[in-house]
Amino acid sequence: MADEILSVDDLTVRFHLKRGTLTAVNGVSFDIKRGETFGLVGESGSGKTVTARAIMKLIPTPPGEIPRGRVVFEGQDILKLDPDGIRKLRGNKIAMVFQEPMSALNPVYTVGDQITDVLRTNLGMTRAEARERAGDLLALVGIPSARSRIDNYVHEFSGGMRQRVMLAMALSCDPTFLIADEPTTALDVTIQATILELISSMIDRFGMSLLFITHNLGVVAHACDKIGVMYASHLVEMGTKEEIFAKPCHPYTVGLLNSIPRLDKQTRYLTPIDGTVCNMLDPPRGCKFNPRCAHAMDRCREEIPVLKEVAPGHLAACHLNDMQ
Amino acid sequence: MQHPLLSVSNLTKHFMLNNDFVSRMAGRTRTLKAVDDVSFEIARGETLGLVGESGCGKSTTGRLITRLIEPTSGAVTLDGEDVLALDRRNMLPARKKLQLVFQDPYSSLNPRKTIMQILERPLIVHKIAPGWGERRTRVLELLNLVGLGREHIDRYPHEFSGGQRQRIAIARALAVEPDLVIGDEPVSALDVSIQAQILNLFRELQEKLGLTYLFIAHDLSVIRHISDRVAVMYVGKIVETGPVEEIFANPRHPYTKALMAAVPVADPKSPPPKLMLSGEVATPIDPPPGCRLCKRCPLATPNCETDPPPMRDFGAGHLVACHNI
Repeated sequence: MADEILSVDDLTVRFHLKRGTLTAVNGVSFDIKRGETFGLVGESGSGKTVTARAIMKLIPTPPGEIPRGRVVFEGQDILKLDPDGIRKLRGNKIAMVFQEPMSALNPVYTVGDQITDVLRTNLGMTRAEARERAGDLLALVGIPSARSRIDNYVHEFSGGMRQRVMLAMALSCDPTFLIADEPTTALDVTIQATILELISSMIDRFGMSLLFITHNLGVVAHACDKIGVMYASHLVEMGTKEEIFAKPCHPYTVGLLNSIPRLDKQTRYLTPIDGTVCNMLDPPRGCKFNPRCAHAMDRCREEIPVLKEVAPGHLAACHLNDMQ
Repeated sequence: MQHPLLSVSNLTKHFMLNNDFVSRMAGRTRTLKAVDDVSFEIARGETLGLVGESGCGKSTTGRLITRLIEPTSGAVTLDGEDVLALDRRNMLPARKKLQLVFQDPYSSLNPRKTIMQILERPLIVHKIAPGWGERRTRVLELLNLVGLGREHIDRYPHEFSGGQRQRIAIARALAVEPDLVIGDEPVSALDVSIQAQILNLFRELQEKLGLTYLFIAHDLSVIRHISDRVAVMYVGKIVETGPVEEIFANPRHPYTKALMAAVPVADPKSPPPKLMLSGEVATPIDPPPGCRLCKRCPLATPNCETDPPPMRDFGAGHLVACHNI
């Protein structure tokens, strides 16, 4: 289909560690259409950040390895690009916002230096042009008296303002695709609300597509059109946010939704998912979720379920859905 | 409240900044009012949820009560005893009544000690079980209580997951059979599915042992779930307090309202998160005399900047510190 901006197909990422081989991402496939916002949800270690980094070709090899899969962005396979080719894409057409603005931004350069650097490298602007544009960008993301703060260092900004700087830098070259990796996780909820509002207004304004990575189901419920749920390196369920929240079809998604304490009513006990996430160096056979699943059958312990359509546009990887 | 287990009144902690000789002479010292005139009570068997954003003083409040930080002024009465008046020797028996569970189970457990050594420590310090055999039995009981088994007793913290470590930290707090447990963000480092397990454990232990909780958290849905009563803090002050149902159904303070409107609810049909306040969190360094929210508040009037709003009673224990409601 031509209207897909990014198409990830059977992406598999392994890390060869001293203690063994860890498969961080296992056969993950999804498409993102132009203008669409796709949320990748999962708990720590589920492989969502590694997926994002693989899309940007940021997996260090070794110890990493991508034995299978394709990441097709606007018609070209990113994984096959040479270093020059990928450098033309990164920061230019695909931009990324990270979780920790304090570690993603350089503390010894002013924010103006860091933004102009991107502009001069990618767009070949002169120093004066770049500085002018950097001021515009900082104003665009809602930094008060932006032009006077261009020569400030990162530590002179609050957490929310740093995330705005990150976003200004990401937007600097008019990207068509934005990857936001837990952009609000380190922030307080009132600041989170403003950053989410800012991201969605920028998406609308520039017509960007978004891959949003988060562990917070509340955030995806509002920031994304489509949702993919990851568990232990597999994409276990995918669909529109309305479908996923109203009719979750994978026991893990159901468990996750039941685990969240609710704001609208008080219950004495929550319904948690039993057990803990499997050891990724020695995962169970079959479905990775089977040791924690109340519905696990013999088949679940043998055969890895694949994503199958359970309703139009709604896919789940669970053997239970074959039985209905 | 008739006989509260814990009563905190006018608790205050001011940190002096630039407090060196030269700055003092030049009048450049500044005061960081981390906790400013905070008062609340907790009845036996009750859970008070203390909620607020980073830097609002909620953790400092927990530490002041346990005297891990010495308060500047105020009073803390636990079970009829003035905790702040105790000297070092008499503080030990008081600590037996109140225990803390910290946020990060990775840094709150000593990596070089086995679970047995970690859990027997409070039994030795408080001279609860003098013999090794006795202690071993008690530690096994504790592990059982928090959902861990006999096989875990001689392992080291690194062999456990985050959720299991938090169970160990809870077992350590319970070792001395405290009346009051202060949880300082005890579930915020955990993934949701594990967080639900630990929240259930807190609930189960409270029912089994009749514990009283001061539960400190930034997550409103966690506070909503665990608390009987809630106190909302903003920049060192409690701005609103009341029964949990009342606070969540009828928030009155503009800050509480804003906090609730900013939470993204995990339901696409719910209203999107919004920030109803302008600007950024005020600084606790030399704050203005009036309401700390005055610069950001949609209801602010000129007197908000100059007069501190008193706590007003709106019935059924619902207290709000605001001039304009």
